[in-house]
Amino acid sequence: MSGGDDEGDGTATDRTPSERADVCVVGAGPAGALVAHSLAKRGNDVVVLEAGERFDPARRTERMERHLRPAHGPLSVWEMGGPRDAFTAPGERHYPLNRARVKGVGGTTLHWQGLVYRFHERDFAEWPIDYDDLRPYYARAEAELGVAGADDNPFAPPREEPFPLPAFPPSHSDSLFAEACERLGLTTHSVPSARNSEAHDGRGECVGYGTCKPVCPAGAKYSADVHVRKAEAEGARVVDRAPVQRLDHDDAGERVTAAVYATPDGETHRQEAREFVLAAGGVEIPRLLLLSRSERYPDGLANSSGAVGRYFMDHLFAGMGGVVDSRTRQHHVGFMTSECHQFYDDPTAGTSGTDGEVPPWSGDVDPGPLKLEFLNDVGPTPVGLALDADEWGDDLLESMRTAYGNSVGMGALAGQRPRAENRVELDPSVTDDHGNPVPAVHWRVDDRTRATLRRANEIQHAVLDELGADVTWQVGPENTGPAFHHMGTTRMGTDPDGSVVNPRLRTHDLRNLSVASSSVFVTGGALNPTLTIAALALKAAEHVHERL
Amino acid sequence: MREMELTRRDALVALGAAGVAAGTGATVLDRAPWDSGEPPLSGDDVDTLVAVAAVVYPSTVSGVRRFVETYSLGRVEGRTEYREGMADALATLDSYATDWEDAEFAALDADVRDGLLHDMAVHTAHPDPAGTDAERVRHFLVDELLYALYTSPTGGRLVGTENPPGHPGGIESYRRRGPDA
Repeated sequence: MSGGDDEGDGTATDRTPSERADVCVVGAGPAGALVAHSLAKRGNDVVVLEAGERFDPARRTERMERHLRPAHGPLSVWEMGGPRDAFTAPGERHYPLNRARVKGVGGTTLHWQGLVYRFHERDFAEWPIDYDDLRPYYARAEAELGVAGADDNPFAPPREEPFPLPAFPPSHSDSLFAEACERLGLTTHSVPSARNSEAHDGRGECVGYGTCKPVCPAGAKYSADVHVRKAEAEGARVVDRAPVQRLDHDDAGERVTAAVYATPDGETHRQEAREFVLAAGGVEIPRLLLLSRSERYPDGLANSSGAVGRYFMDHLFAGMGGVVDSRTRQHHVGFMTSECHQFYDDPTAGTSGTDGEVPPWSGDVDPGPLKLEFLNDVGPTPVGLALDADEWGDDLLESMRTAYGNSVGMGALAGQRPRAENRVELDPSVTDDHGNPVPAVHWRVDDRTRATLRRANEIQHAVLDELGADVTWQVGPENTGPAFHHMGTTRMGTDPDGSVVNPRLRTHDLRNLSVASSSVFVTGGALNPTLTIAALALKAAEHVHERL
Repeated sequence: MREMELTRRDALVALGAAGVAAGTGATVLDRAPWDSGEPPLSGDDVDTLVAVAAVVYPSTVSGVRRFVETYSLGRVEGRTEYREGMADALATLDSYATDWEDAEFAALDADVRDGLLHDMAVHTAHPDPAGTDAERVRHFLVDELLYALYTSPTGGRLVGTENPPGHPGGIESYRRRGPDA
């Protein structure tokens, strides 16, 4: 076992290839970490190649400070940006890719919010597997991540056992929303959360720093470095700062033979293995396949279908908020404790309650799935107000007292249908620090998604009106933004002409190449994807093990 | 306004949140982080910081010297680059005070100190550790002190929250109706 937790130029660590590896995993985020752990504990020799660095957990409070203090840009929290992470976004709508991901041991879970849901049964309508196929893996994923939740969501798919940890109870702010929702006929419920509501798995309970996204200094929020450590304890080797440049294949074009990777000392190495698993997220996975073009595969590896990089999807955010005439206790925690999934399966339906209603949808274009969130971290924070102000002393305090304390807000995620023109491709006009073309993200928002955002805003407005809020801001339908969930770019299917991987997560074209990522999603629903990523990773690992 | 006293505990808790003091609870409270050696900032430096705090903190806050001593000294220990940045910013501030007011910053009346910081345009400067004089004073002195105060429970309570972001105040407070309810 070797790590890369050295500082400086990073040349002190041995990053040469392992002589013998059963499996080479590309990426040390949640999918890669779970695959590595799952395979290592079954006795396989596993090497994980991670492009980013291994962050020191003891420095997380410094990272929190970078987040809270305006002298530091948001990308500095997890060292993103620069030539390594260059990209372009030539599509209709800009895509802020480096805000959306973290490269490093733990991957994007280092800065995620930690919300973990099972997709609904109807989300799988176009997938070659269904909810029942994934259900046991969902249960295992919840156990691995230590999900805190309660079985109080009448709209969630069936489950077989309780959540591993008790749910976080509703916030004071939630209680205000719950009363308004009841009057309109909306049901609120808990939110499954990958953070410790009590000490669990060697990590302490949440202590309320309130900065979950982008950093939990306490380590109570699950991040994938947890399973990297577990994988290493089972004998896996994790090499950080080792970006994979391309995959080589055999003469027949049937098997990947090596992952070619670079190291900080300027060297290039080849890691050979019997099986390869790509777990580098919905942008870097298609990019790596496209970079691995060869004479045999001139359009990129595993791309006989032409679907690599296509069907890029994200969830869109819709939100609304304002102020009320009572204290709402925002920013004590950095995560949600209540949501409403009532409009997920049928966003057109109306509701009626004891004192009002949400009318049915009346637009021309039917909306897609959406989920509603009741936010615990809206409005200004004390430290944010203080550090952004151009005053201090008593004047500042007076302004802060006026600005803080009465905010309320709702969020929503809107699903987006897969569309071939939304895609990740190579941009040969820009190269990264190793001379490789960077990813170009082509992304647009279609009419159906706009209708979904409008529907979310419509419901949010009804609830905030009922709450007596003075609405002061709105996100959607036009000024929307992505939720940073990269899906669809190596889609799963049974037809090799229309998909990249089969239902066992193995590429149609190469017999020893699998993908564990939201990139295999056929559709994306409107729920945060990481639990489904984790479940698919466990499933992929099982199939890889069967072949070894 | 009700007076709010900043305590040594506030400073140590804030230090913990800033990643300086290892451990929590009694371990942190048992000793100040610099107890094992020479203080990393001079007495004059601390006087200047306290003089800045007296301007940028609300007048209802007491116990400022003890808070600033504990927090700021703990913050810079073992962080050479940060300590040098802070020391340079303190020297810069004193040089402005000497040039413009013929006295060191800490020796000036509070309203003169406030006026000097405004004349330097620190109030509108964007904090930048490698920036102009005003930007460095903003980052290493003004923002440093405001960050310490408003991520502490006492600073939070001034605004209406006993558990402000940046402070690990537990997972009970978000369910309460108010700081004392």
